[in-house]
Amino acid sequence: MRVVVIGAGVVGCAVVRRLTLDGHQVMLLERAADILAGASKANSALLHTGFDAPPGSLERELMQRGHAEFMAIRERLNLPLLETGAMVAAWTEEELAKLPGIEAQARQNGVDDVALLTRAEALAREPALAPHLMGALLVPREHVIDAWSSPLAYLTQAVANGAEARFGCEVTGGRHDGRHWFVETSTGTVEGDFVVNCAGLFGDRLEAALMGDASFEIRPRKGQFVVYDKPAAKLLTTILLPVPTERTKGVVLARTAYGNLLVGPTAEEQEDRSRATVDQDALGALMAKAVELIPALADVPINATYAGLRPASDKKEYRIRHEPDRGWLTLGGIRSTGLTAALGLAAHAADLLAAREPATPIADPAWTTVPNIAEHRERDWQRSGYGEIVCHCELVTDREIVAAFGSRLPPGDFGGLRRRTRAAMGRCQGFYCGARLAELTRGRLAMPLSIGEAE
Amino acid sequence: MSQIVNVDVAVVGGGPSGLASAIALRREGVTDVLVLEREPEAGGVPRHCAHPPYGIREFGRLMTGPTYAARVRERAIAAGVDVRVRHSVVALEPGGRLQVATPEGALTVQARRVILATGAREAPRSARRVTGDRPLGVVNTGALQAYIYLKHLKPFRRPVMVGTELVSLSAIWTCLRHGIRPVAIVEEDRRGKARWPLTLFPRLCGIPVYYGWRIGDMRGTGRVEEVELVDGSGRTKRLACDGVLFTGQFVPEASLMRMGPIVVDRNSGGPSVDQDGRCSDPDYYAAGNLLRPIENAGWCYQEGLRAGRAVAEDLAWSNTGRTMPAAVPILCGEAVKLVVPQRIARSSAQQALNSLQVRLSEPRSGALTIRADDKVIWSRRIRSRPERRILVPLTALLAGEQPSHYTVSVD
Repeated sequence: MRVVVIGAGVVGCAVVRRLTLDGHQVMLLERAADILAGASKANSALLHTGFDAPPGSLERELMQRGHAEFMAIRERLNLPLLETGAMVAAWTEEELAKLPGIEAQARQNGVDDVALLTRAEALAREPALAPHLMGALLVPREHVIDAWSSPLAYLTQAVANGAEARFGCEVTGGRHDGRHWFVETSTGTVEGDFVVNCAGLFGDRLEAALMGDASFEIRPRKGQFVVYDKPAAKLLTTILLPVPTERTKGVVLARTAYGNLLVGPTAEEQEDRSRATVDQDALGALMAKAVELIPALADVPINATYAGLRPASDKKEYRIRHEPDRGWLTLGGIRSTGLTAALGLAAHAADLLAAREPATPIADPAWTTVPNIAEHRERDWQRSGYGEIVCHCELVTDREIVAAFGSRLPPGDFGGLRRRTRAAMGRCQGFYCGARLAELTRGRLAMPLSIGEAE
Repeated sequence: MSQIVNVDVAVVGGGPSGLASAIALRREGVTDVLVLEREPEAGGVPRHCAHPPYGIREFGRLMTGPTYAARVRERAIAAGVDVRVRHSVVALEPGGRLQVATPEGALTVQARRVILATGAREAPRSARRVTGDRPLGVVNTGALQAYIYLKHLKPFRRPVMVGTELVSLSAIWTCLRHGIRPVAIVEEDRRGKARWPLTLFPRLCGIPVYYGWRIGDMRGTGRVEEVELVDGSGRTKRLACDGVLFTGQFVPEASLMRMGPIVVDRNSGGPSVDQDGRCSDPDYYAAGNLLRPIENAGWCYQEGLRAGRAVAEDLAWSNTGRTMPAAVPILCGEAVKLVVPQRIARSSAQQALNSLQVRLSEPRSGALTIRADDKVIWSRRIRSRPERRILVPLTALLAGEQPSHYTVSVD
C-alpha cells in the first residue's frame, strides 16, 4: 500500500519505519524543517515498563511492546541504553502508604520484578537523596534512552529501505475518493491509499481537515525542564519518580544519556499549540524541588532550560481512530509515554493495516546506525583523526558536524543539529562555539545562525 | 592506550593568566612546562576583543586584544613554554594526572603540579532563567565578539542588550563598529554597573538605557522578534528586535574541577584556594578569572606570574621534604559575597595572591571588618558595590596568633 504518514515526531518516525519494513510504500510529510519539531523534542527521555499504566489499557500494551522492541533492535541501530532502573520515592507518610498499591498495579501490569525498598535500602542505593526519604518502590527495567537519536534511527532505517520524507511540507487539506487519498500540501498533492495521522499537537485539527470531523480534542499541556551540568550526574543513578497524582506523573529527576541530570516536567494547561515558553518562576520552583530532594544540587550550575507541549487530549487514554474503509488511522493524544510506546504504536498500526491488506515484508532490510552521542559510550572525540573540538562543553568534533550534514537525514535547522550532535547544548550554550558553528553551518540551515557578514 | 607525557608543570588554559604562569615557571628555572589550550590558538579572551586598552603594564604600550594575545603567546614561546593547542583537558585526576583529548588521540599528562587557568564566561540565557521562547539570536558578548572578530559574521542587526557591567561597553563598541545598532540596554539595577563617566557611554551613542527593567518575556518562532520589558511595579514595554545580547554576569569555568578532585567554593564559583593559589588537592593550583569573576587581562597576567612563581617555589620546597602548615579558613560574613583566597597558611614568602580579594553581595557603606575568631584584627571604612574590587593586604591577616578561622564582613 501507499501510505502517507503525517508528522515526524517519534511516533511518526517509528510508524514510517515499521510500515516500510513491512513492505509498504511510505511517504512522511512534516511541515517543520526537521524531525522532532513538536512534542517529541522535549521529554524526559525515559524508557518505561508500563508498570504504572492503567491495567488492561492499550497504552500499557503498546508501551510494553515498544519497550521490548526497543531492547531488541537498539544495538543494531547503535542506540544507547543507560541502565538506571527507577524508584518511585515516597517523601511523606501518605505517599508511603500508596507504594503497596503501586506495587500491586505493577504486578498486575506484568512488571513483576518491582521491589519495595525501605528507607535505608533506598538511601544506600542513592546516598545523595535527602534524608526525609521514607521508602521507595524499585522498578528495575525503567531506563534512560536518547530521545533524539532514537527517532532519528527509526527514520534513517526507513529511508534506507525506501521510505521518503518531505520536510517543510505542510498538509493543508485532502480528500478520499472512496479508494485513494489526495493529500494537499504546501508543496503539492500527495496520493496514497492510507493516511496515518501522527500530527501530535495538531492531530485533532488534521482529522477535522481531512475527515470532516475530529474524534478528540487536543489540550496542550506544557512541561518545563531544567538540565543540570554534568557534575550533577554523580548525585543520582536511579530515575527518581514521584508518587503520581491523578493529573500527571509529576516531577521526575533523572540522568540523561548525555551525562546531565534533568528535573521536570511541570504540567501546565494552555491553549496555544506552538508556543512552549520557559518561565523564570516555574524553573525556579523546579530547581527548588530538585534541591529539596537532592540537597547537593545546590552547588551544581544549570546548563539549559527547555519546555515542550504534550499533546494531551480531553481523555487520558491514547486516541486511536481507525477507519479502514476511508483509509485512515489516527494515533493521537499520546503524551509522555510516546517515546516508549512509539515502536509499539507502529506495530499496532502495522497490525491494523495488515487486517485490510496483508503486506509482504522486505526480505532483507538494510540496518543503519546513528552516531553515538551518549556519554557512557565511546564518543567521537575519543577516536583520533578529528580536526578540532568545536563545542568544548559537550566535546563535539567538526567531524561529527560534517557527518550530520552528510547523513541520510541532515539537520534542517539549528535545533536539529543540536539534537544530532549535542553542539551548543552544554553549560556555555554557545559562548565559545556559537561563532564557529555559525561558520560551519552557513547556507545549510533553514534559518541561519548568522544574518550576514560583519561590516 | 593513551600516550603518557611527564612534565614538571601542566597549565590548563592558555589565556593571559595561564601563559603568564608558564612564563614565570620557565623564568624560575622549571624545565618542562606544558600549556594545554583547547582552542586552535592560545591567547584567551583578548583574541577577540579588538579594542584597547591592553598591555600597558606587561608591554609598556597600549594595544588591542588580538595584538596583546599574540605578544603574550610569543613571550611564552620565547621563554621555552610548550604550548599545545587543540588539547582539551577532559578530566582532572588526583596526583596531578590529566586526561587530554587531541586530534591525534588521547593523551595522559602526568604533572608534578597543575595550574588551572580556565577563565570565566558570561552566564547564558538559560542560567539566567529568562522567560519566553527560545529562538535564535540570543548570544553573550563573548560569542558576539567571536562572530565579529574571528568569523566576520553578524548574529543580529538590532539586538536588545542586557546588563551594564564594563563588558557591556566593549559589546556596544563592537556592535557600533560593525553595523549592529542596539535597540536598547536593559539593566535590572536602578543604576549602571560600570563606573562614571563610563556609564554615560551608551547614551552618548544614542542607545536608550532602561534602568530598573528586565526582560519579562521573549518572543520569536525562529529568530528573536520582540522582547517585553517589565519593571519593578509590573509595567511592561515591548521592543521589536532581532536578537538579545546578554552581557556580564561572569561565572568561573569550573566544571572540570567540580567533576575532579577539586573543591569549588560556592561563593566565588571557582576553586577554593590558599594564598599561594593552591587548591584543595595540593598538586593543583588556580589563577586568573577562574578564581573569581572577573578582573582584566592585565590583572590576570600578574596573577599568573605570581602563581607561576609560587608553584616554582613549591616544587623547590617539596624537594626539601618540608610539609605545609595547616590553613585557616576565611569565611564570608554580613554583606560579603566572596573572598579569594578562601584560606590562608603561614608558609611561603612567595604569595600568588598578595591581597585578600573581597566582593560585596549588595551595595554597602560601613566598616569592612576582619575578625580572627571573634576578635577584630582589621577594619576600614568602605562605600562599595558588588561589581567593585576590594583588596585587603594579606599581611593584615597574618599578624598575631593563628585563629581557627577568619571572618570578613561589613559592619
